Amino acid sequence: MESQLPAEFAVNVDHEKCRRCKRCVINCSFGAIEFKDKVTPNSRLCVACHRCATFCPENAITITENPLDYKYGYNWTPEIRKNILKQAESGGIILTGMGNPKPYPIYWDHMLIDACQVTNPSIDPLREPMELRTYLGAKPDSLEFDENISLATELAPQVKLDIPIVFAAMSYGAISLNAHKALAMAATRMGTLMNTGEGGMHEDIAPYADRIIVQVASGRFGVTSKYLNRSAAVEIKIGQGAKPGIGGHLPGEKVGEDISKTRMIPVGTDALSPAPHHDIYSIEDLSQLIYAIKEATDYKKPVSVKIAAVHNVAAIASGIVRAGADIVMLDGFRGGTGAAPMVIRDHVGIPIELALAAVDDRLRQEGIRNRASILVGGSIRQSADVVKAIALGADACVIGTASLIAMGCRVCQKCYTGNCAWGIATQKPELVRRLNPEVAADRLCNLLIAWGHEIQEVLGSLGINAIESLRGSRERLRGVGLPQETLDILGIKHAGIGQ
Amino acid sequence: MIIVRIDAKGMHYRQLNKIIRDAVASGEKEFELDNIGGQRYIGGGLNESVKITINGTPGNDLGVFMNGPKIIVNANAQDGIANTMNAGEIIVHGNVGDIIGYGMRGGKLYIKGDAGYRVGIHMKEYKKQVPVIIAGGTAGDFFGEYMAGGIMILLGMNGKSPLVGDYVGTGMHGGVIYIRGKVDPFNLGKEVSCLELSEEDTKLIGGYLKEYCEYFGFDYDEVMGGKFTKLVPLSIRPYGNLYVY
Amino acid sequence: MKCDGIPSGCAISGMMSEQGRRIDGRIIIKSIACMHDRSNGLGGGFAAYGIYPKRKDMYAFHMMYDNMEAKEATEEFFKDYFNVDKDEPVPTQRQNGISNPPILWRYFLEVPENKLEFLSERDYVTNTVMKINSEIEGAFVASSGKNMGAFKGVGYPEDIGKFYKLEDYSAYIWTAHGRFPTNTPGWWGGAHPFTLLDWSVVHNGEISSYGINKRYLEMFGYKLELRTDTEVIAYLIDLLVRRHKLPIDKAVMSLASPFWKDIDRMEPEQKKTATMLRQVYGSTLLNGPFSIIVGHSNGMIGLNDRIKLRPMTAARKDDMLYMASEESAIREIAPDLDEVWSPRAGTAVIGTLKAEVE
Repeated sequence: MESQLPAEFAVNVDHEKCRRCKRCVINCSFGAIEFKDKVTPNSRLCVACHRCATFCPENAITITENPLDYKYGYNWTPEIRKNILKQAESGGIILTGMGNPKPYPIYWDHMLIDACQVTNPSIDPLREPMELRTYLGAKPDSLEFDENISLATELAPQVKLDIPIVFAAMSYGAISLNAHKALAMAATRMGTLMNTGEGGMHEDIAPYADRIIVQVASGRFGVTSKYLNRSAAVEIKIGQGAKPGIGGHLPGEKVGEDISKTRMIPVGTDALSPAPHHDIYSIEDLSQLIYAIKEATDYKKPVSVKIAAVHNVAAIASGIVRAGADIVMLDGFRGGTGAAPMVIRDHVGIPIELALAAVDDRLRQEGIRNRASILVGGSIRQSADVVKAIALGADACVIGTASLIAMGCRVCQKCYTGNCAWGIATQKPELVRRLNPEVAADRLCNLLIAWGHEIQEVLGSLGINAIESLRGSRERLRGVGLPQETLDILGIKHAGIGQ
Repeated sequence: MIIVRIDAKGMHYRQLNKIIRDAVASGEKEFELDNIGGQRYIGGGLNESVKITINGTPGNDLGVFMNGPKIIVNANAQDGIANTMNAGEIIVHGNVGDIIGYGMRGGKLYIKGDAGYRVGIHMKEYKKQVPVIIAGGTAGDFFGEYMAGGIMILLGMNGKSPLVGDYVGTGMHGGVIYIRGKVDPFNLGKEVSCLELSEEDTKLIGGYLKEYCEYFGFDYDEVMGGKFTKLVPLSIRPYGNLYVY
Repeated sequence: MKCDGIPSGCAISGMMSEQGRRIDGRIIIKSIACMHDRSNGLGGGFAAYGIYPKRKDMYAFHMMYDNMEAKEATEEFFKDYFNVDKDEPVPTQRQNGISNPPILWRYFLEVPENKLEFLSERDYVTNTVMKINSEIEGAFVASSGKNMGAFKGVGYPEDIGKFYKLEDYSAYIWTAHGRFPTNTPGWWGGAHPFTLLDWSVVHNGEISSYGINKRYLEMFGYKLELRTDTEVIAYLIDLLVRRHKLPIDKAVMSLASPFWKDIDRMEPEQKKTATMLRQVYGSTLLNGPFSIIVGHSNGMIGLNDRIKLRPMTAARKDDMLYMASEESAIREIAPDLDEVWSPRAGTAVIGTLKAEVE
């Protein structure tokens, strides 16, 4: 069927500036620029990944939104109209990538952080110690000492983080091996963690295993006893913020020979992780899998359970902790994805800020907060979000999209096509080559170094010199422009109210 | 060869499995476990080629993440056998429960009697590493759901009906299923097609079934004499048209 | 008005006879008065140990009531929960600078045996303190330990001491506090020391980690009514030492933990202990400027924060251990000292009772 869809973007080439070097043609992985006597864009195929414009030595290329006005309709937005056209032409579920872009409230931006003035002093982070070290894992309620005043308690396994920011689960398959290498190298250098996602572990990143969370999802791709033991921690993926309640989906375009090998599936097939783990249909089955992993790793690895933030998240998290998880990873509704049905990504789940507050409260009410660490992700965009999340009660934050942007991602949301021009969300060798893992690792490290300094600045202004004194200290947050019910859920006061 | 005998009466799985792990680490090769009653994860995550004989009903997730051992169960077994198993053999002289061979990646699971629901979901294979499940009796619904590789053979030797439940091979995109007997197309998933056995197929299953019959005392000729149905995925990409970009 | 949460600067002083000799209250008043300029007349108080030898096995409740209704309700409550051996007004005298005191009454209480089926005696008493403070309007427990008491109110500490006639009490441990809150609290219960059972805390500084310290304590059933960081310190010590049975030096290490860089250089055994204390008790870390003196039946602990943002001087003379915000406050009452030192940041000075109380 001939498509009636208009182009989304307009690519303009200034032919006066252009010296026909064809670098744009070579760089465009979506086929949107050809060379016919001169550089000739096919705007219809452009996704605004900026690869051509970035690499044009003459700055001759500009990309704008296609200036195509639609008859105004507050209700029938151009996007909705275009989606209907797309579905009328195909009968398909609309697939999309990255996180929910819809204008739902962003609660991070309605919370402000306290600072010290006179009555208690701020601390200068440049001169004085400012500790960010964090340990993930189950902690007992108390420590016991025997009569010789030596420790009688043995701790469950703990993973040390030098900075309370870890890289999010992104599978080898969704992203390239070079991206995985960069994340693994950066995690190792920065004393934090990367997460394999559900696609198994390529041998090339095995040397960094001490800094890698290995994931077990419903598809069980790449899961062996060796995989489980070659890790910092093991994560059972139940859900993902971008697509709560539905399974993983790696489009066949991205399943080449190497992915086929690590996942043990046919080349070109869609790698489907079914929505549920078929051995988990109830909370006691989750406990069975948690302990299966603990048995297979001789109780030496913390076991994390990742869930999407949904309405009943607090009760679910409590069940997860009681089922024996050492870490609960909460993924908010803005979390990213390589591929998800748009209907799910844009309309299912709840914001991470509210989910985190509800879970931390619930675990405290039940007196089991120390039994598990809480990791949160789902659009942590900047260091301020990390500070606010930790003040709400998180042990550490998880960054996915931010780490991709650091590596070069332009958030064009076309991850599922396998055509990522930046070599990140692709498996095509000629595109993967574009991402130099060393350079990408440097960029990731720089991002964490910068955020680490910023967090230290905030701690100093709060007059505290250890991250544990911020963790759960909601007294240091105030809400602005939030209704009372939201403030109650967040457990914070409105700005203007003192202690 | 010394056999390590363990009386597991009243023993928690954590203790039992630790004894086995420690003994394997110190070089023991053969175990016989008596009075087993529901202990989970036996053989879980073991990487050595040891032999474990189980007297009694083992608990769920028998051989989970297992990578080498041979386990013989002289009784029925429960749910989750050979969960994400990578290599080795499990031989069950009886029936088994639900969700067996989930995500199985290699090795063999031979069952004398019936299997429950959701057998071999998301089984995988890569080149020569091909897992095999054979059940001598019947099986429940969702047999081979989402199957991505491997071989499953269902024999129906006890003549019970139905031979296999509904939704056989739903979402199947790799691997092959052989069923000894007729399968009503109504019970098949939309993503599979029914084929006659080729000579190669007969040779392939004959090899496994010879070994299988020796374990359980079935008559090989009688087994091979039955009429088999072969199920394969219609496409390696069954849901390719479900989405629009 | 049970409302506080007011930041304050302060002076603290403490003295103890490790031999259990009892000393009358005039000395400690002299010491704290020396630091008059560190407080602003909006709060002062004292804790004294060994003052009720005749009833040393009973819980001595020092109560503050806003009105007679609160007193009657509390006395009804006591009748249900305790055997009341004796009750009487806390003796006071008119004193310039002290006005509008609440009704001050003290009770000597025993816990009936039949109440202790599922609870330890000390947990039982703790729960009753929490109940009175949170549920009886206008009633506040100023102290609740055995053979000890807190005497506090709104005013300069030396005036408060005279108001309570502390010259009539003898104690082997005295701690004192002069307060500098930044607005008018007008509530006597908000003065220091803050106490629970026989724990008493006088505190200079402000705890910037208050928010998480409070939420951590709430997880263990503590009800924090005063919104002061001093209350948090008393409860943390109660939790760590009494309920979790940590040795005092380990409890102190949790409250003012060494830095990771120093922990990493420790000997293996010590490193393991310090690491685990921080992993498990990170939420008890008192972060921000503080120096505190904690009193309890068996001794006195002085501690300041881990980067020493508040002052503390310690000294010894014979069996006496002294601690104060300023050395002058010690010299004022003991000019000739055997030893004077400034404790290192995060390092506790621990005084321990070595003989029977006289």
